[in-house]
Parts: sequence; structure tokens; C-alpha cells
Amino acid sequence: MAVSSPTTDLAPARAARHRGRLPDRVFHGLSAGAGWLILVVLAAVAIFLFLRAWPALSASAEDLDAISWMNGASIATYVGPLIFGTLLSAILALVIAVPLSLGIALFISHYAPRKLAQGLGYVIDLLAAIPSVVYGLWGALWLAPVLDPVFGWLSGTLGFIPLFEGYTAPARNVMAASVVLAVMILPIISAVAREVFLQTPRLHEEAALALGATRWEVVRMAVLPFGRSGLISASMLGLGRALGETMAVLMILSPGYAVSFFLLQPGQHQSIAANIAAKFPESSGLSVSVLIATGLALFVITLLVNLAARAIIARRAEFSGAN
Amino acid sequence: MTTPTPLARAATSAPLEPEPQTPSPLAPRGSRLPRYVPYAVGAASLVFSYLLLLVVASPGIPGVVASAAALYAVAITIVSRVVEGHRWAVDRLATTLVTFAFAVALIPLVSLLWTVGSKGAALFSAEFLTTDMVGVFGDMTSGGVAHAIVGTLAVTATAALISVPIGLLTAIYLVEYGRGRVAKGITFLVDVMTGIPSIVAGLFAFALFTLIMGPAYRSGLMGAVALAVLMTPVVIRSVEEMLRLVPNELREAAYALGVPKWLTIVKVVLRTAVAGIVTGIMLAVARVIGETAPLLITVGILTRSSWNVLEGRMATLPVFAYNQYQQGGVGVDRAWAAALTLILIVMILNLAARMISRVFAPKGAAH
Amino acid sequence: MEDSVNLSRISTRSAVLVGALALTLTACSSDSETPTTSSTPGATGAGETQSQELSGNLAGAGASSQGKAMEGWIAGFNEMAPDVILSYDPAGSGSGREQFLAGAVQFAGSDAALKEDELTAAEERCYGGEAIEVPLYISPIAVIYNLPGVEAENLQMSAETLAKVFNGDITKWNDPAIAAENEGVELPDLTIIPVNRSDESGTTENFVEYLAAAGNDAWPHEVSGDWPVSGGQSGKGTQGVVDTVSAAEGTIGYADASRAGDLGTVAIKVGEEYVPFSPEAAAKVVDASPRAEGATDKRLIVELDRTTTEAGAYPLVLMSYSLACSVYEDAADVANVKALFTYMASEEGQARAADPAVAGSAPISDALRTEVMAAIDSIAVAS
Repeated sequence: MAVSSPTTDLAPARAARHRGRLPDRVFHGLSAGAGWLILVVLAAVAIFLFLRAWPALSASAEDLDAISWMNGASIATYVGPLIFGTLLSAILALVIAVPLSLGIALFISHYAPRKLAQGLGYVIDLLAAIPSVVYGLWGALWLAPVLDPVFGWLSGTLGFIPLFEGYTAPARNVMAASVVLAVMILPIISAVAREVFLQTPRLHEEAALALGATRWEVVRMAVLPFGRSGLISASMLGLGRALGETMAVLMILSPGYAVSFFLLQPGQHQSIAANIAAKFPESSGLSVSVLIATGLALFVITLLVNLAARAIIARRAEFSGAN
Repeated sequence: MTTPTPLARAATSAPLEPEPQTPSPLAPRGSRLPRYVPYAVGAASLVFSYLLLLVVASPGIPGVVASAAALYAVAITIVSRVVEGHRWAVDRLATTLVTFAFAVALIPLVSLLWTVGSKGAALFSAEFLTTDMVGVFGDMTSGGVAHAIVGTLAVTATAALISVPIGLLTAIYLVEYGRGRVAKGITFLVDVMTGIPSIVAGLFAFALFTLIMGPAYRSGLMGAVALAVLMTPVVIRSVEEMLRLVPNELREAAYALGVPKWLTIVKVVLRTAVAGIVTGIMLAVARVIGETAPLLITVGILTRSSWNVLEGRMATLPVFAYNQYQQGGVGVDRAWAAALTLILIVMILNLAARMISRVFAPKGAAH
Repeated sequence: MEDSVNLSRISTRSAVLVGALALTLTACSSDSETPTTSSTPGATGAGETQSQELSGNLAGAGASSQGKAMEGWIAGFNEMAPDVILSYDPAGSGSGREQFLAGAVQFAGSDAALKEDELTAAEERCYGGEAIEVPLYISPIAVIYNLPGVEAENLQMSAETLAKVFNGDITKWNDPAIAAENEGVELPDLTIIPVNRSDESGTTENFVEYLAAAGNDAWPHEVSGDWPVSGGQSGKGTQGVVDTVSAAEGTIGYADASRAGDLGTVAIKVGEEYVPFSPEAAAKVVDASPRAEGATDKRLIVELDRTTTEAGAYPLVLMSYSLACSVYEDAADVANVKALFTYMASEEGQARAADPAVAGSAPISDALRTEVMAAIDSIAVAS
């Protein structure tokens, strides 16, 4: 490959090319190598997980039966409810977090006074970096008692809907876990969304204003169409975090292995990541392989979510004002 | 969609605020609500919802505020609809909802910071930062996080050592060299990598090292590899963004002077973008410094300081916090103090990033 | 240790130290065969100079139940032998056994005895020797409940009632079955919320074993470290259970007794009386229990007698073993492990762990200590 082929139009002078040929080639090779390394790492993640999961995937039913927490399930029937629990908690979290993040991002980018907006932006950035174990601590010790009366009221008045049936104190159900997850991904989604909203072409906004648009009309006609794909990818980033979140779920959820929609009942759901962290210390041999197999499933899920997000963004991009 | 027109251009100097007092001549109706009306409606909603709850049940502050908020949203919309017309009513409703969404979202976030700050302060002290846990047992309140700070710094620095060169070079490839399918493919892979859950990264490092080194191998390096997997895509993303911001004219000028491409990249492009790159790397570090799950299964915990990342367990702040919480009693206080320490470290990193980027920024560059 | 008359003026701790050093000395000097010195310490007159002999790395891993006791022991041991870098990773019994068998740590803590296949692995790991398993951590498990309105010091329950409560067959606190055992106590009309450990644990295994053995068939589930009833409240780790029980009224759970705190605890029915947990009561049941199948003079594994009727015994007990090798390749390992285990088994070591502020465990009896010491003494350098 010619060294400077990608930028023929900017090709350096001939003399320079002569002087710089070898270092240029080395540098190009290095950076291309780093790019390919990404592929290698991803492949390695898949391969090593698969290698370590293989003993479980190929194990006989009797061998799996010997693992007490499998309760006689096969790998598929074991991982099924976990996948369900993972998706349920992550999607619930997203449903709670996205409207609120939209509010935060719009408020900071278009409603708050500039000085306040900068300060708030810094706080949100800081919150995005707070470790998940802190969210777990906070969720278990502060949030659960706050949610208790809310859930009690929900179950009491709307209990006839199966979704809200049979709340049992304390608030350690999938709904509570999702609220914590939502709080966790709020800063992530709103930080990205804010950046995107701030990049709305000024001319678009000014044009709308000049036409006498209200602030909301500016947002609706200029900011949101421009930022839609950005908001979607921000949400997907949040969904990815929620899918893989371990400590917060581990510390706040009373786990169970059912496929049910009883959001307020304890002992119904469990996420893959929290399950791994809970079971890992006491595991050895084949049970480690089973856990790694569930980790492989989680990897595949996040891969699919990513693909879906890209597909959505690609389709949306055609309609949006971006690009 | 709005397209920039000469009309819009003329308005560039105007502030980006709709002027409620002097509506554009194109606005449907001239009459607007006086400034005090929203406040009055707000106060009325508060009083009314308090009285309402007094009748129905015993009023608590959260209940009153929540119902007052709902009441306010409805009332201000109706008032505005009557006086100002449909479009302004919608605008008021939107403003109300956006502000409320913001306020609601702020409650947990502020309470989080407050809880960590107040509970963490109980044990937080200079001594806490400078002692380790050797010889600490039972309900002794002594002991600290010095060893965990050491471990966190060592593991994170190792992770940065792995991921920064890879991330930097990959970003350079994508921006300066990559074209066509390969670059698109790598961009996609970076996207995928961004989505890897931290526990999966931890399992990967665990699987990799235990297959090579035997099932009992634990080390800081193992954790650093897991963190590097999480960190690399973040580094690539932010560096890529920064490199794209470097004007092409600079590159062209360098080429015109006969500077070879690699030197142009190192001396001109990177030099110009260095402030943004440093910030990006710091943010990537902040992203992984608080990871708990991958470190829990790879690095473990120790009671004393260890700088040796190649062999043996290390203490890290997140794992330390989790471990202490699990111990109960004084441990819970220690967990909060460790969490506070971690947040402070992240804050310091953030500030450091800003300072460094200010120092490194080439004169005249606006970052 | 008690027979070191010539050292009577020196505290027990130094006696232990000297004993350990004596063993070190023999271990170091005899680079062939098993050291033949019996456990009569002080005889060699180990002087201060030898205290520098103990050094190097000594790593352990395993049961988190022992974690707090180990912290106390590590602190105590380091006072005697400051040059030994001693660590214990409370990663879990399974992880501890795996690391021990892989040779990554010199000793391990485990809530369960080694399994059949692990014994063969142990032989390989121990350079042809065998694994030493000694019960050095005995701790009562408390059944904790959150009923602020109940005046009684302890609610009284039989294993059968407990089994029914935790299996969901008894759902109200004022159920006749509970009321019958607690005459004169006013019980609230509250739903019982059972709380279990969500992670695999020795505490769960011992609790379930007790319910199954003493519960008169009211407990229909298999015994394992995993809680068999699904759909209930649970918490990760002891702290998770304690937090969950503390968070709502009407909850009942089980946790290491030292962590019961202000929560109410159940006095369980033994024979015809009700016994609240106490370290002494817990130690009693261990002594009254027979050895498990496969026990040798190096594997002091006990089959806890959950149905004991001995007066004042508390059969709801967790026993955690300390695992070591009978043969190490490195003389320093032999010396260090011997010294540490001797200290842990000593009266002083056991007393430290028994301190309520440390781990609140039950000290082992003198009879058991004699056997444990004999097993520890057999640790030797590979020929």
C-alpha cells in the first residue's frame, strides 16, 4: 500500500516523501496495527470466554446436575430466565431514565442560564464517573426505604394489575433495582445528549426564532430532529451500562430465577452480571464454566443491542437534520 | 425543516432567547402573561394541594410537592391557553415539564452525593488516607485506604499504559490513514467494544490468565487487562473526536513545507489536539477507576500496600469499599469513607485534566 | 502449651510463640524426615534470637465466615512474628479450596471438608502428603427477626416450626404453632417475611442441614449451600441478610451470630428446653458430635449432631476448617504454617476470635485442641 495514498490531494512534496519514507511506513504500520488489534481483542474476548465456557456447554446433564444451584436445569433453561431478568431490569431502567435525561439535557442546553448550565454540566460529568458500588450502597441503604411507601401504595391501589401485585417489604425487587440502574445511567445519557443538543447548528435555531417560534418550537423543530440520533446512541450507551451493571443489582435485588412480570415481588428476577458476581467466589471447576457461559450470553446480548442501535441510527439519520 | 435564510442570518446577533415581552410580529397574538403569574400559580398550587391533602390524608412534604407540581402544570397551561393562545400554552407546558424532569432527576443525584459526603465524613481523615489495614480487626476504627489507593493507582495506571497507546494509534489510523471498509469495520468494532459489560471484561481477563497461568493466578495485571478492554474504546472515541477537530489547513501547511506525514501527525496534529486528548484520557480513566466487578474476580483484596502488579493480589478502592460493607459494623463506615475517597480522586483527576489541558494547549488554540 | 512450667511467668502468648519457634527450629534443623519432637515446647529453650527465623510470605484464602476471626489472628500473629507477611483473602470456601489445591496459597479456610476428588488433588499438592483439616472456627448461627413490638428476649421455636416458617407453611407471626411455643408473648398479626442468603454459603448449608435433620420432615428440600425455596427476600452475604431483615418489620432470617446486633434472636428447642445462642452452647454441640466418615488423625472432620438433646447445647452451628498440607517442600512454609496454626488453635488465639468485638466465635475445647495440636505437629518438610 502506498504510504500517502489516502491523502493524495495533500501529498507532501517529493523531497519530503523521500526523506520520510521509512519512518512514515513504520508509523502507518503501527497505527494500522493498533486498529487491527481492536479486532484481535474482540475476537480474543469471544474466544477465551468460549474456551472457558466449553466444558459447561459440552457437559452431560448429570455433571450439570451436580451443581446445586442449577437445580437440574440445562445451560439453556438456566440462562433463559437470567437473560429475561437482565433485559427486563435494563429496559425498565431505560424507560425511567430516558425521559428524565432528555429533561436534564434540554434544561442544561436550552433552558438554564449559561453560568448555572456550566456548573450543572460539571456535576453531571462527575456523577457519570461515580463507581457503581457507590450506587449500590446508596440504593440499598437510602433508596430502598424511600421506595417502600411508594411501592406499598402502588401495590395497594393498583394491585389488581398483575404487574404491581403482591409487594413484599423491603423494596428489594426488580423495580427498585431498575430505579437504581436508571439513576446510574441518567448522567451518562444526559451528558451525551447534552453535548449533541449543544451542537445544534445555531443558524437552525436562530432561523426558527426569527420566524417567531416559541422556545419549545425551537426545541421541537431544530434541536430534537438534529439530536435524535445522538439521543438514541446515548440511550443505547445507557442500555449497555444497565445490561452489564453488576454491583448495584447485586446489592439491592433479592434474586430469583423466574420468568415473570411481577415487578414488585422479590425473588423473581436476576441479572446475568449480578448472578456471576454472586456465584463466582464459591464456584470452582464446572460451575465457573457455567458462569462464564452466562457471561458469553451477556456478551452476545450486548452485541445484538449494539447492532440494533446502529440499525436504528442509520435509518433515523436519513430523516434527521444531522449531516 | 428550517433552512438558514437571509432572514435568519440577520438575527445572528440576537440572543438565543424568545422574548416574551416583545413577541415577534409573526406571533399569533400579542397578549402575554405578566412575569409574576407563574409564581402566583405555583404558590396557589402549593396551598391548594396542601389543603386538599389535609382533607384526604395527612400531608407529607413529598406528597404536597408532587401534587402541587401536577396541579401547577395543568393550571399554568390552562391559564396560558386562555390568555396567550395555544402555542404559548404548549411552550409553557414544555418548559414546566423539562424543568420538573430536571428537578426530579436531581433529587437522587443530589441525595447520592449528600449521602456519600455525610456518611463518608465519619471516618474520613488524613490518617484514613495514610494507613493500611494491617493489624486492623474487629471493631477497631483505625485503619485506612492507603493500600487501596496504591492498588487503584497501580492497576489504573497499568490499564492506561496498555490502552492509551493502542487507543491513540487506532484513533490516528481512523482519522489520518483509514479509508473505506477497513476503517468502517474498525469503527464498528470500537462501537461493539464500548458496549462490553465490565463483568464480561473481567471474565475475559480471568479466562485469559487462568488458561495461561493456572487457575489460582491473581494479579493487578489481570485487572488492568480487564480495565484496558473497557478503557480503550473510550480513549479511541475521544481522541478521534479531537483529531477531527484539527483543521485540515494545518496539515496542508505542514505538507507544503515538506514535512513527512508521520512528523506532521506527531508534531502538528497531536500537538494541536493535545489538550483535548489529555482530557479524553482522563475521562476514560475516570470511567474505569471505579469499576468493581472485574476487579473483584481478578485482583481480589489485600490488607497491605503492594506495587507489584505482576504477581499477587492488590487492594483497590471499589473492592475495598464492597468488602468492608460486607463486613458490617465499622466496615460500613469505612466503605462510605472509601467511596468518598474514590469520588474525590475522580474529582481531582477531572480538575487535573483541565489544568493539564490548559498548560499543554498551544497558544491561541481555543479549548 | 500449659505444661511449660519454666515459662510460667511469661504470658500465654509468648508461650505460644516459643512453642512455635521450637517447632520452627526442629523443622529447620531436620531437613530430612519428619520432625520427631512432640508438642512439648520450651524444652529446647528457644531464645529471642530465633524470633527472626520466622519470615517470608504466608498466604491463605477461603471461607468468608472466618474472615473476621482471621483478621484478628493475623494481627495477633504479626505481633509475635512481624517478619512474616501473612494474608488471608476471604474469597469464599470454593475459591479457597481451589487456590489451595492449585498451590497458590499455603493454607485455606473452608466451611466444608474436602471432597473425595479434592483429596486426591490434595495428595498431589502436598508433595505426597495429605491435607490437614482442623476445625478452628466454630460459630453459632443466629435466627434473627425484626419484631420491634415483641417484648420477649428471645422468641422460642422448635426446628420443626422454623422449617415451616422458612418453607412458607407458616405465614403469620401469630400462627398457633408459634403461639404455642411462646406462651405469654403477645405476637402481632403480621405476615412473616423469610429472608435467606442469595449466594451459596456455608451458613445456608449448616442452617438447612439443621432444618432437615431436626425438623421432623417439615423441611422437604435437599441440603446444599444454596437456598432451595425460591421467590422470597434474600440478601448477598451476611450483611445483605442483616440489612434486609433490618429494613422491614416481620422479617426473619439467619446469620452469623456475631452480626445479629440489635435484632431479636430465636431460642431453639433442644430436648425439652429452649436454648438461645451462645459460644459455650455452640462449643458443646461440637464436642458432643461424632467424627465424620473419612476422618483421620489429620482430618479432624466432625459430623455435627443436629438432633442432640444434650442440655445447653446449641446445634445450629457453623464449623469452618483450616486447611494445610502435612508436607511442604519449603522449610519456611512448614515453620510459618505450623506457627500460625499453633497460634490459631492456642487458647490465646481462640480467645481472640471469641471476643465479641472480633468474631464472637466459640473457643474449641481442650480435648479438641490436643488432637488439633497433634495434627499440626505432623506437618513436615518433604524429603
